[in-house]
Amino acid sequence: MAAIQRTPHPREKRIIFKNIDREGWTLDIDCYEKDGGYEDLRAAFQMAPEKIVNEVKTSGLRGRGGAGFPCGAKWGFIKPGGSKPVYLICNADESEPGTFKDRYIIHQDPHQLLEGMIISCYAVNARLAYIYIRGEFPLGAKILEQAIAEAKSRGYIGSNILGSGFDLEIYVHRGAGAYICGEETGLIESLEGKRPYPRIKPPYFPAVLGLYLSPTIVNNVETLCNVKHIVRMGGAEFAKIGRPNNTGTRLLCVSGDVQRPGYYELEVGGLTMGELIYDVCGGMKPGRKLKAVIPGGSSAKVLRADDRYKIKNKQPDGTTTEQEIGIDDILMDFDSLAAVGSMAGSGGVIVMDDSRDMVWALNNINEFYAHESCGQCTPCREGSLWMSKMTGRMLQGGGDPRDPDVLKSVADNIAGRTICAFGEACAWPTQSFVAKFPDEFAAYAAKNGSTAGQD
Amino acid sequence: MSASAELLNVQIDGVWHQFPKGTRVIEACSKAGKFVPHYCYHPKLSSPGNCRMCLIEMGMPKLGPDRKPETGEDGKPTINWIPRPQISCAQDIAEGMGVRTDSPLVRECRHGVMEFLLINHPLDCPICDQAGECQLQEFSVQYGTGGSRFLEEKVKKPKRVELGPRVTLDDERCILCSRCIRFMKEVAKDDVLGFASRGSHTYLTAHPGRKLDSNYSLNTVDICPVGALTDTDFRFKMRVWFLKETKSICTSCATGCNTIIGTRENVIYRQTPRENNSVNSSWMCDYGRHNFHYVNSPERLTKPRVRLGSAQEDASWTTAIARAVDDLRRFKGDEIAVIASGKMTNEELWLTKQLIEALGIKYRDIVPRVGESDDILLSSYRNPNIVGAHLLGVAQDEPGSLLPEIFRRVQTGSIKAVLALNEDLMNAGLSTADVEKLEAFIAIDILPNRTSAYATTLLPGYSSAEKRGSMINIKGRLQRLNRAVRGPGESRDDWEILRDLLQKFTGSNGIYLIEDVFKQMAEAIPQLHGLSLSKIRDLGTQLETNDVETGAPENVHV
Repeated sequence: MAAIQRTPHPREKRIIFKNIDREGWTLDIDCYEKDGGYEDLRAAFQMAPEKIVNEVKTSGLRGRGGAGFPCGAKWGFIKPGGSKPVYLICNADESEPGTFKDRYIIHQDPHQLLEGMIISCYAVNARLAYIYIRGEFPLGAKILEQAIAEAKSRGYIGSNILGSGFDLEIYVHRGAGAYICGEETGLIESLEGKRPYPRIKPPYFPAVLGLYLSPTIVNNVETLCNVKHIVRMGGAEFAKIGRPNNTGTRLLCVSGDVQRPGYYELEVGGLTMGELIYDVCGGMKPGRKLKAVIPGGSSAKVLRADDRYKIKNKQPDGTTTEQEIGIDDILMDFDSLAAVGSMAGSGGVIVMDDSRDMVWALNNINEFYAHESCGQCTPCREGSLWMSKMTGRMLQGGGDPRDPDVLKSVADNIAGRTICAFGEACAWPTQSFVAKFPDEFAAYAAKNGSTAGQD
Repeated sequence: MSASAELLNVQIDGVWHQFPKGTRVIEACSKAGKFVPHYCYHPKLSSPGNCRMCLIEMGMPKLGPDRKPETGEDGKPTINWIPRPQISCAQDIAEGMGVRTDSPLVRECRHGVMEFLLINHPLDCPICDQAGECQLQEFSVQYGTGGSRFLEEKVKKPKRVELGPRVTLDDERCILCSRCIRFMKEVAKDDVLGFASRGSHTYLTAHPGRKLDSNYSLNTVDICPVGALTDTDFRFKMRVWFLKETKSICTSCATGCNTIIGTRENVIYRQTPRENNSVNSSWMCDYGRHNFHYVNSPERLTKPRVRLGSAQEDASWTTAIARAVDDLRRFKGDEIAVIASGKMTNEELWLTKQLIEALGIKYRDIVPRVGESDDILLSSYRNPNIVGAHLLGVAQDEPGSLLPEIFRRVQTGSIKAVLALNEDLMNAGLSTADVEKLEAFIAIDILPNRTSAYATTLLPGYSSAEKRGSMINIKGRLQRLNRAVRGPGESRDDWEILRDLLQKFTGSNGIYLIEDVFKQMAEAIPQLHGLSLSKIRDLGTQLETNDVETGAPENVHV
């Protein structure tokens, strides 16, 4: 596949994406090794596994899959010396609408992922690892298979890797096209050959009762790549990138109504929403104004461009001051996006201008979640389709005055009451769209059958 | 739960209780008198936590800086409530746990789940077999909102699906609780059911190329909380609220599954398992469950008949009993054989034994009845009261072992009279030519069979659903049959027929009620000392048995 030549934006800080679209870069292991590849793995083998876990803890690395859970803390749940095998799973099911970062790592730099995985497996003492890749990435699966074969032939995977005494096998497992397989316990069920019904937690926390009811670490592709760089830099040095509790870089995937959509690797919290949209992405399309941003994949709560957001700033003396800011001034990091009521999620930034119909936009999201609900638990199964049918009917001109209230209440009856986070993922868009764009929803609600088709 | 299990303190709706460690939160609530509604949870199956009906508020003791629980004014732990509602079906209680089963949040959750379950559910309650015993109906009344806000079209799914030979599925009514799937996998050990498709379009189906044809398939109908799975045999036959429910036991094998017989106006419509954890848990096999249609048969024997010359004629009971007694009086004890049945109750067997003793009858046995067993409930002993027949001395130590000798003697003419109690002599091994040789052939039965036409006296009895009495199952558990329907026509309860015969030989024996029979029997049989029919109770009484493994008396080989 011929990569589109793209020069990184000057504001970018490319660590994970160093080799993406790089001039003369090829997928093969020779190219990777020539560039210093697998040197970090050699270095890792000189360290005790606990030391690597500690470095990852020190680095402050937070998961890049969506939840932003501290990676070191997750690894810390694996108790050394247990009687069951430990498994590591790379979650390459990248399926949140608006997110398109992991596929570039897989397609253009597979050995970086493998190196990160091998180091991570060594750190948590996993002797068997899986890359669960979504079914829609057939080429990615082939590339990974090829890369694994190459790494095996050079002794980076297999038994007694680089004379370390550490054995590891990595297998690629292809999904069959279900969003829910990105949910870690659904993924585990799928990997076990079953329907990907997410498990109830408690008791099925993957670190305790994961794959084949053994301790299991599930990490996102980008997260695992970061481990390689943490080993190289040291946790403390890595933690200097970004802001406290928001360390490292993030691969932001900007889509929608900006001049230059695409992927950008940026220091976490290194720039504001405004800088991302107007500086890095070249601003809105001619004559258009920013209307709304979904900052962390389609499930993140929408932010309205003309809203004011109250945030708390911690002062050096420990006190906090409150500040009111506009959307442009929101820092693009985990905590800041959470503070304004949304989330950094999976890094998919969806930008919408004033030409966008918010009922249409919500319906688009609702259709996706209704289609992807696994159907295991009641609120999500029934609620996601109900919401989708409602917004669909509103778009058809069959509004009912109660629609906005019912939409909100249905979403409220899903969020927080389901087996997995899909409940929130499908409820948050409706909750936020209806709350933030009440006029548009009210207008559709008022358009009842008698006026259908008049617009 | 072992008696020594550690007790944990749990606060439920503000009141502190103690429950043994290992108790499920939902069970603890139930024991505290706080029922938590649920669909997917079933105490005999694994907990998937999918229906979300049992959401409650839960909390754990608030820990102070010293990591010890903070206590309130009452000296009890202060509870730190988890902001999100939690399911109560999949978690065990923990020390100091707090639960709220009726808070505004919990009520709101139940409203939400009820609404979600109903939006795509067909409103066909008027013609749904589950109506009247449907948890969706029941919880709608108790926990629902009353109105509907759903303006959309409902999801369409397969209807009238023949899931197997005995189960019909309506996928639109299914609430996807997965109880049936789990039952088939975990109890019936036949992982044949599963869900297909996704989201609200998910539907229940059998795996490709398979049918729900297990001998336990109908238990899925029982545990289905809605009208999705229906018993094809019972479907559309009777509104369940018209059914009179009689607690009884299944008589199709020696396991003696506890049952409820559903009847209306003297007709049996269905038989369902009744929970007894010492016998059948909550289940029964399809073979036993459906084995009642003969009771309703139009072929039932309804009048006593006596043979005059070459033809049988209807007779009054007085005439028929007199004829039988006259016939029996003509022969010596060793010219008479009693071929009884392991399907008879203890009371009937006891009276039979009295008759045997009164007439000095030497040749007696029962007809063995065996089949294939499974590892679940079905016993290879298909006589439900083989243990009782042995205990009361009607069956030989090895039941059926004397039959060849009896038959030979019938063939050679040294046995001249046979009393056949609920057994077809041709089924037992005689030919019609042999039967024709008998000078007296007295039969009690409920249906005509290949030899009943040759009976010199044919006495119509009751089926197991028509009588009271007791039986002992293969594990030595004494259990009660109760009368669900009355026998047809002039048929009579077998014990009364036997008593009347016996009285003709022994004079009045003071037996007026079946309780009197049991009393006499319990006085004579050490294993039954101190018992009465009422003391057996609904779940039966375990008897002292000789065989620890099976509970069966020694030497019972069938």
